[in-house]
Amino acid sequence: MAQVTLTVNGKQHTVEVEGRTLLVELLREKLGLTGTHIGCDTSQCGACVVHIDGMSVKSCTQLALQADGANILTIEGLAEADGTLHPMQEMFREHHALQCGFCTPGMVMTAVDLVQSHPEGLSEKEIREGLEGNLCRCTGYHNIVKAIAAAHPLMHAQAAE
Amino acid sequence: MYDFAYQKPGSLADAVSVLSGDMEAKALAGGQTFIPVLKQRLNKPSTVVDLAGLGLSGITVSGDVITIGAMTRHADIASNADIKAKIPGLAHQASLIGDEAVRHRGTMGGSLANNDPAACYPSALLALGGTIKTDRRTIAADDFFQGMFTTALDQGEIITSIDLPIPEKSAYEKFRNPASRYAIVGVFVAKFASGVRLAITGASQGGVFRHTEMEKALSANFAPDAIAGIVTPADGLNGDIHASAEYRAHLIGVISKRAVAKAA
Amino acid sequence: MGYQGIGASVRRKEDLRFLSGKGNYTDDINRPGQLYAVIKRSDRPHATIDSIDIAAASAAPGVVKVFTGADIVEAGLGGIPCGWQIHNIDGTPMAEPMHPVLAVGKVRHVGDPVAVVIAESRQDAKNAAELLDIAYTDMSAVANLTDAVKPGAVEVHDGVGGNICYDWAIGDKAIVDGVFANAHKVVKLDLTNNRLIPNAMEPRVALGDFDTSSGDWTLYTTSQNPHVIRLLMGAFVLHIPENKLRVVAPDVGGGFGSKIYHYAEEAIVTWAAGKLRRPVKWTADRSESFMSDAHGRDHVSTAEMAIDKEGHFLGLRITTLANMGAYLSTFAPAVPTYLYATLLAGVYKTPVIYCNVKAVFTNTVPVDAYRGAGRPEATYLLERLVDVIALETGIDKVELRRKNFIGVDAFPYQTPVALQYDSGDYQTTLKVALKNADWDGFEARRAEAKKRGKLRGIGISTYVEACGIAPSAVVGSLGARAGLYEVAEIRVHPTGSVTVFTGTHSHGQGHETTFAQLVVDQLGVPFDQIEIVHGDTAKIPFGMGTYGSRSLPVGGSAMVKAMDKVIAKGKKIAAHLMEAAVEDIEFKDNTFTVAGTDKSKTLTDISLAAYVPHNYPIEELEPGLDETAFYDPKNFTFPGGCHIAEVEIDPETGVVEMVGFTAVDDVGRVVNPMIVEGQVQGGVAQGIGQALMEACTYDSDGQLLSGSYMDYAMPRANDIPGSLSVATENTLCTHNPLGSKGCGEVGAIGSPPAVINAVVDALKEYGVRHLDMPATGAKLWSIIQAAPSSGHTPAMAAE
Repeated sequence: MAQVTLTVNGKQHTVEVEGRTLLVELLREKLGLTGTHIGCDTSQCGACVVHIDGMSVKSCTQLALQADGANILTIEGLAEADGTLHPMQEMFREHHALQCGFCTPGMVMTAVDLVQSHPEGLSEKEIREGLEGNLCRCTGYHNIVKAIAAAHPLMHAQAAE
Repeated sequence: MYDFAYQKPGSLADAVSVLSGDMEAKALAGGQTFIPVLKQRLNKPSTVVDLAGLGLSGITVSGDVITIGAMTRHADIASNADIKAKIPGLAHQASLIGDEAVRHRGTMGGSLANNDPAACYPSALLALGGTIKTDRRTIAADDFFQGMFTTALDQGEIITSIDLPIPEKSAYEKFRNPASRYAIVGVFVAKFASGVRLAITGASQGGVFRHTEMEKALSANFAPDAIAGIVTPADGLNGDIHASAEYRAHLIGVISKRAVAKAA
Repeated sequence: MGYQGIGASVRRKEDLRFLSGKGNYTDDINRPGQLYAVIKRSDRPHATIDSIDIAAASAAPGVVKVFTGADIVEAGLGGIPCGWQIHNIDGTPMAEPMHPVLAVGKVRHVGDPVAVVIAESRQDAKNAAELLDIAYTDMSAVANLTDAVKPGAVEVHDGVGGNICYDWAIGDKAIVDGVFANAHKVVKLDLTNNRLIPNAMEPRVALGDFDTSSGDWTLYTTSQNPHVIRLLMGAFVLHIPENKLRVVAPDVGGGFGSKIYHYAEEAIVTWAAGKLRRPVKWTADRSESFMSDAHGRDHVSTAEMAIDKEGHFLGLRITTLANMGAYLSTFAPAVPTYLYATLLAGVYKTPVIYCNVKAVFTNTVPVDAYRGAGRPEATYLLERLVDVIALETGIDKVELRRKNFIGVDAFPYQTPVALQYDSGDYQTTLKVALKNADWDGFEARRAEAKKRGKLRGIGISTYVEACGIAPSAVVGSLGARAGLYEVAEIRVHPTGSVTVFTGTHSHGQGHETTFAQLVVDQLGVPFDQIEIVHGDTAKIPFGMGTYGSRSLPVGGSAMVKAMDKVIAKGKKIAAHLMEAAVEDIEFKDNTFTVAGTDKSKTLTDISLAAYVPHNYPIEELEPGLDETAFYDPKNFTFPGGCHIAEVEIDPETGVVEMVGFTAVDDVGRVVNPMIVEGQVQGGVAQGIGQALMEACTYDSDGQLLSGSYMDYAMPRANDIPGSLSVATENTLCTHNPLGSKGCGEVGAIGSPPAVINAVVDALKEYGVRHLDMPATGAKLWSIIQAAPSSGHTPAMAAE
């Protein structure tokens, strides 16, 4: 067992883990943050995407110990403390971009990073390519693409304030 | 996965020492291939040595060479202004590896050391005629790749950086596996004053290789038409449920022409 | 807040929790003292189990117990039951071999569960599973249909000759043969329907718990139908009475059919929890899902249509081999019979049809219903055949369809294959789809694409399907071992808010929203005062669950019936309170009124009186306002429509790009248009996946080659066209109170033939008559290579 200290959704935690403990296991099993999901074992579905120091990362393909000292944001930490949804969450709801909800946390976290890293704007094609690492079986992606396009101006307007 | 000890050495010497002293120890770079392998229990290391603390990332230009630290992430290579300007084929290639989340973690050194026959970077290194620098020596690209998942690296030897000569023109084209999105055929073409080098990944049972017949034709005339008549034999190419060896042989011709058209 | 009743695109209630990571999926549930189960599965397709040495595994760190098939036999557990019995042409019942919870004596497919290791942690259990020493003797195996029925093929089950589960037929063969003998022309097509892996994004999970004080079992499971699981597992496998067994299906991350069935893992963890007196949890790895979730489709068929000079369809004759896999899954026998052959009339007035189906055992994972279930297979066969008829007669493919359509004035229409369609308007859905897809402008787009070196094609599919399963008496006569009604309880609370208990289950469909809209509409209760409860046998009276697009037409209708009862009782209370005759009470907009007066009482007034019955007709009426209805549908519902696909093919690589898709569906009354569109979009994506990408592949020896996302191609965002147009043109269902038909499967049913028809159209200058799904680049390149010179000179795309 080794110790890892990391900040998750603004709160610092020191946790005992094994060498093999994955970041997603730490989040789900040690911290009870079950919003981050595991949908595959080959790093392809993206249900486990979280932000590490602001960047989208597959938490199933990351050892917990690699995240020592890191700042992690999960789906549970995206909305404001008073429950106000992040614009991306709001647009997913507005555009019916989720059905069963299982891929949704990873999809939203990927989408937030995608929009943040493209302040200049995103074409529909770029959005679709940006979702390369996230599988959804319910929606056919159509409304997810619409939601992300709609969130882009909202997020950048908010950032400019 | 099986349990293992985790170490994150603060110096190259320490990392080499751990890896050299324990045949069962394995180096961890970005982990985007290695961790899935561990999860499938296909590898049982005693110790995983995380190379993230060695200060091996960064991109520098000096003269006609770009040096990329072994732990530089794909995303940083894809977005680096110097690489985009000087070796656009490499920036484009990096942007096609895995997906954005994978590109945030995966590293060039890790990918080269693994030498997956369907990985993208081996084609860039080979086509650019780059040089691998390790903790103990330099290895020319032509000597580095030794068949699928096999390289010239010794046990415990760590790639520290990669030197890539800046070509006049470069391009990468990738025909993706519809499931895994790895390369079924990936072609990197680089045009230098001294001639053209063209390397193909994904297609051969032996891993990445240079297509010398195309190189010769392109060195004489750097245009898609110059290689239009070149037929690549299917012997020795991979065949699987996604693409037969014959299809791969055909794709080598098509994708190479597209790479040249893009670079020209 | 605008109108939130039927017809409004109300934003979903469930989204808040899903979007903030507060969903409660089965793997999110953990019980104190929980153990972890890992299943040791067969890595070989067909072998005898000679011995299993569990000593080393049992002694491994953290291991609590190892169970094998022998333990299951000793405990007297039953086999996994099949819910539907089909009869052979000669009247004898189908072969129904034992489906053990853990393999006994033999393994029959890669993934067949052989042993279970239960340990303090998952990793301990995984480590120990590697220490199990299992001695097998390999047998030869059959994976594909044509091999399995060859003379001399190895028997998957001893004594099931020729591997035939059943040899079933519908229609009068002699009459149909007679029509063919005298026909102007017969068009024949051999085709397959590719095997698929459902791939709901949430892998299956089962968590068994046992309460030592009460002696009650609880199973938390990823199920579309918890009551069905309780019935099948309790009564047939574990012999636990309903009152001692609770099944909870909490938030479930997609199903598409694959989570209907009772699976071995559910029985194992429930039984083991009781044996070990501790909770036991099993969570599938995705690679495990590939070899243990029921697969879908997998047909090989020959179809023939007899036609007259003008192209009228005179008769249809079909033989189909349908893969059952190694064992019969819950609904498997029904899929290629009553969900397939009965749909072969399609939207056409073909007067006579004969279909023979042989269901075949193979050394593969069991095959069962996957989104559409039988109806995609029927639609694909028919709509491909119609296109080939158009090709071979020279009749325009749209005109050919039009002239054979069942007319709008022909309903109710009795088909020659048992079903009676109640409503539909195929001319209108076709007309609107042609307009939405700009069918008439296609040739200009084709010419423009050709300039870019691309082969562009357009394809159409007109279809009908049967949903809302189903009338219990009908399915009972066809071999179902259950009734297929649905149940709803409407509880009006004392202060007028409402809780609905429904036997259907939402795993993406949005019932918490659409079902609340039904209550808004009928009772006038504000949307935010309505709660929908589903997925727990301890809370819900009963239910048959969600599949076959039945939740709204059957489950929603049960709600309407229960609300009718609430209103009827409310009227009696209102009559008492307002001193009027019951016949004079009207109910509208949450208010009971005495007709022709201004006297009124709100539903809240009435519910309060019902629960605080101080002034109440207590002699004739019980207190409370809580009504339950069981609704058994009178008929199936028949959604239909027209799908049009547009593709471009790169002739150099064979790669197909979807460039447009238009769906115009008739789903009956729409409760929430936003949700209907989402259902169709998702279904279409799955159909595009089947047509272009997805292929569950076994080698001829039964090894699964597409065993992970590295080799099973799932549609991603950039595989789906941006120009995906979804619309409805609805006629109402005539026999349920809502008029709704169901929308969950139309997308996956109508789309595959539209896509393949488009691909074939794009390749027409290469003389292509047919190709099997999926139309991958590799396959199309081979076809293009093999084609006689077409005179087409591909331009280089990159130029």
